[in-house]
Formats: sequence, C-alpha cells, structure tokens
Amino acid sequence: MTTLPLSSQLINLGAAVLLLTSFAMLSQRRIVSLVNLFAIQGAALSASTAIVAYTSGQHHLYYSAALSVALKMLLLPWILHRLIRRLNVRWDTEPLINIPTTMLVGIVLVVFAFGLAQPISQMSTTIARSTLGIALAVVMLSFLMMITRRKAISQIVGFLAMENGLFFAATSATYGMPMVVELGVALDVLIGMVILGVFFFQIREQFDSLDLQHLEQLRED
Amino acid sequence: MEVLVILAIPLLGCIFLGLFGARAWAAEANVGISLATLLAAAALTMRVMNEGSLLVGHEQFFVDPFNVFLVALTAFVGWTTSMFSRPYMRIEEKHGRLNAVRLRLYHSMFQLFMFTMLLALLTNNLGLLWVSMEAATLSTVLLVSLYRTPASLEAAWKYFILCGVGLAQALFGTILLYFAAEKVLGAEGTTALLWTHLDAVKGQLEPTVLSLAFVFLLVGYGTKVGLAPLHNWLPDAHAEGPTPVSAVLSGLLLNVALYAVVRCKILVEGAMHSGIAGRLMMGFGLLSVVLAAFFLWRQRDIKRLFGYSSIEHMGIITFAFGMGGPVANFAALLHMTVHSLTKSAIFFAVGHAAQKAGTQVMDDIRGLMVISPTIGWGLMTATLAILGMPPFGVFASEFLILTTAMKEHAWATPILLLALGIAFAAIFQRVQSMVFGETDLKKLPHSPALVPVFAHLAIVLTLGIYIPPSLALWYRLAAALIG
Amino acid sequence: MSAGSVIGLVEAPLAVLLAPLLIGWIDQCRAWLQNRRGAGVLQPYRTLRKLLHKDAVIAHGASSLFRVSPYIQFGAMAMAAAIIPVFSVRAPLGVAADTIALVGVFALARVFMALAAMDIGTAFGTLGARREMLVGFLSEPALLMVFLTASLISQSTLLPTIVDVLGQIHLTIFPSLAFAAIAFVMVLLAENARIPIDNPSTHLELTMIHEAMVLEYSGRHLALIEWSSALKLFNYAAIGVALFVPWGLAGRAAGPMELALALPIAAAKLAIAGAALAIVETLSAKLRIFRAPEFLATAFLLAVLGLLVHLLLER
Repeated sequence: MTTLPLSSQLINLGAAVLLLTSFAMLSQRRIVSLVNLFAIQGAALSASTAIVAYTSGQHHLYYSAALSVALKMLLLPWILHRLIRRLNVRWDTEPLINIPTTMLVGIVLVVFAFGLAQPISQMSTTIARSTLGIALAVVMLSFLMMITRRKAISQIVGFLAMENGLFFAATSATYGMPMVVELGVALDVLIGMVILGVFFFQIREQFDSLDLQHLEQLRED
Repeated sequence: MEVLVILAIPLLGCIFLGLFGARAWAAEANVGISLATLLAAAALTMRVMNEGSLLVGHEQFFVDPFNVFLVALTAFVGWTTSMFSRPYMRIEEKHGRLNAVRLRLYHSMFQLFMFTMLLALLTNNLGLLWVSMEAATLSTVLLVSLYRTPASLEAAWKYFILCGVGLAQALFGTILLYFAAEKVLGAEGTTALLWTHLDAVKGQLEPTVLSLAFVFLLVGYGTKVGLAPLHNWLPDAHAEGPTPVSAVLSGLLLNVALYAVVRCKILVEGAMHSGIAGRLMMGFGLLSVVLAAFFLWRQRDIKRLFGYSSIEHMGIITFAFGMGGPVANFAALLHMTVHSLTKSAIFFAVGHAAQKAGTQVMDDIRGLMVISPTIGWGLMTATLAILGMPPFGVFASEFLILTTAMKEHAWATPILLLALGIAFAAIFQRVQSMVFGETDLKKLPHSPALVPVFAHLAIVLTLGIYIPPSLALWYRLAAALIG
Repeated sequence: MSAGSVIGLVEAPLAVLLAPLLIGWIDQCRAWLQNRRGAGVLQPYRTLRKLLHKDAVIAHGASSLFRVSPYIQFGAMAMAAAIIPVFSVRAPLGVAADTIALVGVFALARVFMALAAMDIGTAFGTLGARREMLVGFLSEPALLMVFLTASLISQSTLLPTIVDVLGQIHLTIFPSLAFAAIAFVMVLLAENARIPIDNPSTHLELTMIHEAMVLEYSGRHLALIEWSSALKLFNYAAIGVALFVPWGLAGRAAGPMELALALPIAAAKLAIAGAALAIVETLSAKLRIFRAPEFLATAFLLAVLGLLVHLLLER
C-alpha cells in the first residue's frame, strides 16, 4: 500500500466530502439543511481547488477558488436563505420515490459514473485526476435529486450542486477552464439565480405554494 | 470592426430599453435597433463575401460562410419580428394581458436575446459559445412567463429546468473537449478552446474522449434544438409565451443551437474517422420527426401544434446534417433558412388569428377567411409552405434531403416519408378547418399589417424557384466546410 | 510470546467484566448532560447483583428455548469479546474467526433473542422480535460493507491483521474509512438499541424494540440478558475503536511496556467513545419506526460509498 503525498490525500478528502454532501442532500427533507449542505459543498470545492493550485503551480486556479468562495459559499447561500425566509418554505413534501430507493438508485449512478470516468482519468495528467469519477458522480446525484424532488427550491439546489460537480470535473481533468469561460459560467449562474428569485415570487403569487405539483397541468392530453 | 458593432448594438439596445422600455415609443425604438443590427449584419456579410473568412478580435471572433448567413438570417428575422410585435403587443396591452412594466422587460430582454444569439454565432471560443447559449436561455425564461398565467409559469419553469440540465451536459461535453484539446494545443490562454485551432488539429485529438464529449454535447445542445426525447419544453414554451417570443424561439434559437451541434460535429468527425457522430445525429433526427408527427394529431392548441412542427423540421435538418456530404449539407442549410422564415411567418399569422378569436384552442377558431382575408390567406399560404408544397423553398430542401437519403440510407426514407405524410395530414386538416368555415365573429374594420408574413413568404417562394448564385455559392462553401 | 498469550487470556474475561462499567459511564454522561446527578458508574453492577438474587419467574407456555436463550446470548457475546482486540492485537480467538464470522456471531445472538421473545406468544414479544429482525436485516449488510472496506485496505479479513495494518499507517487520511466510520456509528446506534432508533430507558411499550423482547424475563435470565446487551455495546465500541483509531493497541510484537500502556489507552479511548455516544444520544430525537429503514439505508449506502471511494481513489 503506497501512501499518497499529503496534497493528494487532502484533495481526495475534499472530493469525499463533496460526494458525502451530495448523498446527504439526497436524504434531506429540511430545505434549510439543503442550503447549508450546498455551502459545505462550496467550501470543499474551494479548498480542493486551492490545494490543486498550490501543488500544481497553476495560479489562475487561485482566482477560481476565490470565485468559488465568493459565489458558492457566500453569495448563493445568502440569496437562497433570503428566498426561503421570504417565501416561508421549510420542509419538502414527500419526494417522488421514497428516500431509501432514491439512495439505492444513487449508488447505482455512482458506480456508473466511476466506470465512465475511468478511461478519461487514465489519460489525464493532472494531480487530481482520480477524482474525475467523483465529480461525475456528484453531477449525476444532483441530477437525481432534481428529478425526484417536488419543491422548486430543492430542484434549484440540485441544479447548483450539478454546477459544482461540473466545476470540480473541470478542475480535476484539466486544471480548470480558461478564466474568461469560468467568469462567464459564474456570471450565468448568478444571473440565473436572480432570475429564479423573481420567478419564485411569480410562482408563489400564482399558486400560493412552491410545490411543483401545481406545475404539472400542461401535459400531453 | 463590423463584428463589434453587430454585438454592441443589441447590447446597448438592451440597456437603453431597460431604462426607457415603458415609454410609448419603446416598440418603435425596438424596431430601429433591430434595423441597425440588420444593417451591420449586411455590411459584415458583404465583407465576408468579398474577403472570405475573417478572424477578429485576438482570434476570439470567427466569421466564415457557415455562420455569416446565420447572422444575416438572425438579424433579418429579428427585425421583422420586432416589426410584427409592435402592433401585436399594443393590442395585447389594450386587452389587458400586459402592462407597461412588463413591456419594458419584454423589449430589453428581446434585445438581450438577440445579443446572446449573435454572440453565440460569432464567437470562436467554445466556452463562450456555451455561456451565450445559457444566457439566451435565461433571457427568454422571463419572456415565456410574461403573461403570468399558471400555464405560462409552468412552461417557463419546465423550459428553465430542462434547458438548464441540458446545458449542464453540454458544459461537461465542452470540458471533455477542452481536455482533449489541451493535450494537443497546450493550456496557454484560450487557444485550446478556439474552434479554428481545434479545426486545424482535429485529426490529432483523442477519439475516445471526443466521442464521449460529442454524446454530451449532442444531448446538451440537442435539448435546446428540441430533439426528442428532450423536447418537452418546446411545445409548452411556444404555446404559453407571447407570439413574438414563439417566433424567435422557433425561428432563431433552434437554429443557433443546431449550429453549435454542427460545429462540434465537424471536430468530432475529423478526430474519429468513423461516422458515429453522423449516425447519432441521424438517429435523434429521425426520432424527433416520427415523435413529432404522431404528437401532432393530439394537439388542441394552435401554437403547440406549430411547436411540434418545429420539432419535426429540426429533426429533418439534424438528420440531413447527420447524413453529411455536399448535397445533404446544402439542403440542410437551405432548410434552416426557409424553415426559420416560414415558421416565424406562421407564428405571426397565428398570433393575429388567436388574438382576433380570443383563444388558442383550434376547435374554437373558425372562418378566419371571413374575419380577415389577410390573416386567412396568410395562414393558409404559410401552412402550405411549411408542409413542403412546391414551389416553396421547403419543398426544394425536403426533396434534396429525401433523394440523398434514398441514395445513401434507403432504410430511413420510408420512415421520413411516412412521418412527413402524417404531419401533412394533421396540420393541413386543422388549418383548413380554421381558415375556412363559418364564424360568428365580425369582419375586422381594418386588416392587421401582415407585411412581415408576406415578406417572409415571398423570400421562401423565391428560394424555392430560384436561388441567387451568390447565395448558392455561400451554401456550397458552408456545406464544404461542414464536410 | 508468553506475555502476549497471557494478556490474550486475560483480555476476554476483562472485557466481560468491564462491559457494564461502560454502560454505567454512558448513563452517567447522559445524566450530566441532562443536568441530573445520575446514579453513579457502578449502577449496572448493582442492578445485576439485585437481579441475580431474585427468582426467575417463567410463563407456563415457555419452552426450553426460553430458558436456554439468555445463556446462548451471553455465550455468543463473550465469544465475540474474545475475537475482538480490545487492548492487544492478540485476542484469544482473533485468528480463529474473522470479521465475517463475527457478524455471524452477532446474528446468532439476535436470532435467539427474537425466537425467545416469540416463544411465549405475547403481542409485545412478537412486536419486538419483528422490529429487531427488521433492524438486523438492514444493518447487517452495512456492517459487512464496513468490514469489507477495512479488509480491502488491509488485504485480510482477520481483525488482528486489519488492526495491525491500520495501526502502522502513519496518519494517512483515508476518505473511505471516514465514510465507513460514519456508517459504523449509525449501525452501532441501531444494533444496540440506542437513540435515534430505540430508547433504552423507555417505558412505552409501543415504541420499544429491544425492551419489548425482554419484557418476560426476570431474575438471573434478565441479568444475563442485560449483561449481554452491555457486552454487545462494549464489543461494538471496541470494534469501532480498533478499526478507526487503532493507535495505541499493542501490536503483535509488543513488549511488556507497550502492553502496560495499552490498557489505559484503550480505557481512555472507550471512555471518550462512551461520552461521544452520550452526546449523540442527547442531541438526537428518537426516529419514528417507519423512518428507521431510511436511517439504516443511509448507513448501508455510506458504507458502499466508502467501498467505492476506496476502489477509485486509493488504489
């Protein structure tokens, strides 16, 4: 058993925390906890990025890490908490399939993601290449969360967690995308959240609730 | 230079209309800004026709025959839509479905949408392409829900979530593409994401990574094109949004998304030396055509009907691009043009029809010919055009696609013909009963200005009969580029 | 080493004797956290003494299974204590049975307890038995997965070998072990009838799992059963400490100095574990019974995740 260098261990730890938070999100019913888990995910992500930046000497990753901290640990959770308070949603209704089954499906997706990422990991030369499977797993778990949840805010947290996973994938496979692209993505996410905030109020105004069961009228008749 | 002007005008227009969009002259300002964009696009087109491909702005913007005609088309349809939306939105405001504040949002988002689409078309950076596609989605989400009805909120929500998830897949595909490119081009600056550089080295990119990347990119951008089975957002967004938004969604956004797919396909085919990318596109295209044809029968809402028709046509274009080769690509490019023009014309006519009848349910719309011959004839002609009747341009492109399919992929031809036939029957039957027949509604005192409709249809008719040599050369150059 | 084997012989009886002390310590911690004075850490011994003096009253319909079951449970738990390395790796039965056999031993105890509870035919006995089997059915796979992860890291299923290997790796962060640790704690709470799965001090029959099964027992039988529950908790705590904080355990080649140190270190680790358990119990609320499968499913899946993470990251 070879011992990995400390930096790799820390990156692996960050990746494990990311995976753990994604799984925890799947089993959470309280919406406030979901947002807090998302903030923890952002913290793990920023820490991993900073460590990769330190060990690989790619200094633009420091900016990425700072951007993550600002956006995903501070700004987005603040916006979400404000929304939750003003819309007064606290608990999610029963998800589409019950939680144990959701978690079983989640495990299957994790295995699938690990298998899918194997060939690419082997081709990568970055320091964090073995964590690509975890990044892809986070994306898939967030996707699962989005499709099994009823409340609009839970779906949005799932969507943002998916962006986290993609960001981590970029860091682990290619030391991140060029800064201009990352800034663009961050801007998109931020504007998307602002628009969604406005949108939630419209939904709330119309339906008096953020339960998405109300939004299932348009169907193939 | 022209590139920066083309991009600056809608962006500044968005800010300007964001401030002043609630005034009485906002709609006219919208038309003016769109006209300015069109003139800049025309200037750019002339320059590219004379000088060939251009690489501008530190290699960040790239204009070749493929995207320059799309830029011109986008600017043109944007302008005619803004002309159509002027009286249309005024009547909506009078009916009480909108107020001045929402009109301000509408006008500024319209220009922002034009900006993001033009940026997507002109950028050389695949990452920026993604960013602008996402921005285009965001700018239209609020537009789809403009009426604030429960159905429109649901449509906008579905649109946001489905396209957001789809674009997340596309982002992953872009990351994989960057990963493959970085190995060959190095990680300096943005070189590894620039399409021109990727195109130059596409033979050296890792095939396995690229095939995986293409799957994600096809699924991701394909969601925005409306390919089945990810098309769920399209009929709802078309039905519940205001008509000008449906027109630009169908006429422009689907094209730009497909443009993104084709750009990636060029890279993947160069790296893979196997036709898997093309076959994937053909498969999704056929699936969309068949699915749309069957769903067309069950529609009750007129805009949903034509939304499904858009899915069908985008399926045909995707199928054609999947086949590849000079004839199929030529036909696909032609079809993109004529579909864009015809579909927006249809939506213009449908918008007025629904406005007069006060409902979008087809069973409740009757006797359009009696109410207003302009609307009646406009809708009838446009429907015949979109269904592929000669001598309209759609017939020419569909004919080319079918003959190429018969030659190279004979198994697909009966499926295509059957689907096209089913769609023909479904749409024609509905439109005929809407246009003819009797109605209690009174004849209109003055006919609505349907100049954009007839202008579009005139162009489509011309293209069906005679394609100007410069345009044909353009298409052929683009087709050769696509491979 | 003769010193080692002597220590090994002493280890199991010492564990059996000290198990009620652990329970007493946990109860005392809980009392302090709840601002009470508590009954002292030796209270379980007093309870045991009291029960041993009393007569065992047995129902008419009870079969011999009912009478034999407490002994079997106690025997199983004592055997488990002999397998698990508490302060020395040279547990007496450590090389005779591996982790999978250990899970089987625990299952043996559980089965006999459930059968005995159903033996008399009362409603509460059957209720408790059914619930216990449900918890066991869900927690056993999780426990196996935790052991499997540890075994993959140390390339062996024998507990002494696992502890040896894990103890010698100097301060490496194993995310897979972190997942496995969380899963193990959840399984520990479930198997030992602790909050949030079951309240050990409840008197409400309808919410009972473990207590419902022992309602009919009295006298020496009850004493044995209480002792084996205490021993079960001790065993689980010892497994947790051995797997996840193995430093300080006397290794195979340990001299008398290290053996002498190992005992207080082990005692300190178990005391801290007990205090942590008391804190967890005080901070959580008891879950409703139909949420228990969710809790255990989470444990199972965390354990599987740990396994997958190990396969992905630590190869």
